[in-house]
Amino acid sequence: MRVNSAAHVRIGWLAGRFVSAATVVWLAATFTFLVQCLMPGDRAQIIINMASGNVGEASPAELAAVNAKYGFDQPLVLQYGKYIWGILHGDLGLSYQQHRPVLDIIAEQIGPTIILAVAALIAAWVIAVLTTVLVAGQDNMWSTLLSGIQVFLATVPPYWLATILLVVFAVQLRIVPVIGGNSPIGLVLPTIALALELSGFLGQIVRSEFTRVLEQPFVISARARGMGELGVRFRHVLRHAALPGITLSGWAIGKLLSGAILIEAVFARQGLGGVLVAATSSRDVPVVSGAILISAGLFTVTNMLVDLTYRFVDPRIKMT
Amino acid sequence: MRGVSFSLQAGRCLAIVGGSGSGKSVTSRAIVGLAGRRAHVHARQLTFAGTDLTALDDRSWRRVRGKEIGFVLQDALVALDPLRPVGKEIGEALRLHRAVASSEELERRVVALLELVGVPEAAVKARQLPHQLSGGQRQRAVIAAALALDPRILIADEPTTALDVTVQAQVLGLLEETKLRGKALLLISHDLAVVSRIADEVLVMHEGKVVEHGSADQVFQDPQHTYTRQLLDAVPSARPRGSRRSLLPAARPARPPLRSQEQSPSTFPSVVLSAAHLVKRFKGPDGVLRTAVDGISFELRSGETLGVVGESGSGKSTMARLALALDPPDEGAVLFQGRAWTTLTERDRRARRRAISVIYQDPLSSFDPRWSVGHIISDSLASDVESRDERYERVVELLDLVGLSPALLDRRPLELSGGQRQRVAIARAIAPRPAVIVCDEPVSALDVLIQAQVLDLLTDLKAHLNMSYVFISHDLGVIRQLSDRVMVMRQGRVVETGTRDEIFLNPRTDYTQRLLAAVPSLARGGVANRSFSRV
Repeated sequence: MRVNSAAHVRIGWLAGRFVSAATVVWLAATFTFLVQCLMPGDRAQIIINMASGNVGEASPAELAAVNAKYGFDQPLVLQYGKYIWGILHGDLGLSYQQHRPVLDIIAEQIGPTIILAVAALIAAWVIAVLTTVLVAGQDNMWSTLLSGIQVFLATVPPYWLATILLVVFAVQLRIVPVIGGNSPIGLVLPTIALALELSGFLGQIVRSEFTRVLEQPFVISARARGMGELGVRFRHVLRHAALPGITLSGWAIGKLLSGAILIEAVFARQGLGGVLVAATSSRDVPVVSGAILISAGLFTVTNMLVDLTYRFVDPRIKMT
Repeated sequence: MRGVSFSLQAGRCLAIVGGSGSGKSVTSRAIVGLAGRRAHVHARQLTFAGTDLTALDDRSWRRVRGKEIGFVLQDALVALDPLRPVGKEIGEALRLHRAVASSEELERRVVALLELVGVPEAAVKARQLPHQLSGGQRQRAVIAAALALDPRILIADEPTTALDVTVQAQVLGLLEETKLRGKALLLISHDLAVVSRIADEVLVMHEGKVVEHGSADQVFQDPQHTYTRQLLDAVPSARPRGSRRSLLPAARPARPPLRSQEQSPSTFPSVVLSAAHLVKRFKGPDGVLRTAVDGISFELRSGETLGVVGESGSGKSTMARLALALDPPDEGAVLFQGRAWTTLTERDRRARRRAISVIYQDPLSSFDPRWSVGHIISDSLASDVESRDERYERVVELLDLVGLSPALLDRRPLELSGGQRQRVAIARAIAPRPAVIVCDEPVSALDVLIQAQVLDLLTDLKAHLNMSYVFISHDLGVIRQLSDRVMVMRQGRVVETGTRDEIFLNPRTDYTQRLLAAVPSLARGGVANRSFSRV
């Protein structure tokens, strides 16, 4: 009976989260639709300019043809309905520039970006946890030094760091290739460049919580049971100290995705970055809108994952 | 602390007593080498069963901790890792010292340990998190963890401080049993009544030094040091009301009483606060409605102290929140000064809010940590005090009234001692000249000496300022000392109401009798002629 009701609670929680995630994506879709309609300039004119490559007034007949093709002559409500209907069926519209489905364009490029963002998140956690567990709570030079480095990393712009890393490790020392493509070795520098800033943030947060928890009575209890320093740090304190970091990770994924775009530009990596830069500068609105939608979707999914992780680490949290 | 010497013997209990800050806890931690990173421990001799502990390196220390010396920390809620199941914590010592061969054996041993300390449904509880256990079960679990490897010494630091009397009695019984099984027990406590029940030998500490050391009988019956006598006198008991427990002089206002006399109680009907059939329900985490307060009625007369006593979860604090109109009752109503109170809108209540104050158990969390003492008190002054100088004068006057020096005006709450904080909370509560103060466990977090001072202060202030108290406590001694009438609560209902003497000398219900029987008292042998009761 108890198990049953717990399962019900869990399903209810998941259902609630799905509804709110869907709401976020729907709001993002509505926003991008309005942007497309209300942007200054006639969309048909933009499409014709893009196709012909020159700027000039198109004839009414040309405009009418484009309007009819893209359905711009229909009432807004109908256009909105079609747009949402399309999204529900995986149709994000056609790129003005490439005349291909937006979904295909994004799908081709998003893989490397996600890999880079996830690799950076993992790297940031590893760096933050290792340095914290080894150094936190000790009144010595290393602890002060680490804190200083973390503040430095958290404030330095990642693209600047990326350039420095590129020059030092790829150009001077030739440890890694300058252009690594999609190979694992090529992932090393971009990941580090993207991860260091976040590791500074995470490290600061985890470290202050870690220092606080180290003084807690249950830690003294564990020591009084004969537990060694490393055992205390890994088995008891880290779990508590990780909690605020986990909360931060949901936000961090959003930040990493946008940060990845810059890093991709610096390292000339394949990814969503190049597509987005090109689409934005040429006002290829459907591609930009599609990227926003996909990011919103990714963001809600990762936040659900973060919440699930939090509940796993802190079982006191009820599924409500 | 300095110059502390003692020895522990198997099957005997040595108790270290003293007020907060006397160095008791540091002493106990120094014995297991955990006095803290910033502590410097020098011991001429620290031996355990012939081994010199001062010479141990970190690795050897770990073999002694847990295995030879078990350590029970105060406040089990924080002494257990809140994120791990209780069973994991208990099994940790077994695992660390490789005392078990398999995980099945570990599980079996953990359940057996929980059963040993009397936790019901041990197998289920082992898989639960600390917050899912009751306070008594948690404290038992901490003791089980300390006993896991059958250590020869058990150190218990304030093991019953946060517990209700009935649970406290059970935990003390458990510790006594441990002693009878041949363990050496080192008990750290500020509560002499607790100590008197199981200690064979007592060490009194004051400001880091041992001021008295002797057998329990000797220390309790013929205390040599004035500090020991102060401690003994401070224990709340059945002595006549009005007798002071602290050695501080009575708080005496430098000016005429703050509360203006023309607003004499006769202009009100003599009942200042009355509640009729209060019911309050809360929805639990499982979605089931739980009745926290179930049909409570009471009357508080002008100038009276109504003591409300009950175990945790009996609905005392919920009742206080209803009386203060912080939560609306689901049924019933409270009348304040003869007029509607809980049925009004907050807007209509606001003008009369100042006539009813509250003092909480933990003043620290009721202060804005960034505000100075002066700011905190000035903030709740009656709004008719307008000029800066006048406000300043009133704040200084209030500080004087609660026995604090004006030098504390610029301190922040964190820079005050526990007793000073509660005094500031009292000054804040009396600042708007209230007719009623609801005191929710106001002395439970204080050690026995400070507690006695604060209780004396509350008694004096009531007389000077013509107030009434609703005084909530789980401590029967405190209730007995302060109350005119007493209301005993259990599971949201009133079990018994009566005058103080009716309740304490002639309890009518089984429940009240059981509560009174569970109270540890100093009554042993010749102590009785010190006029301590045998409640």
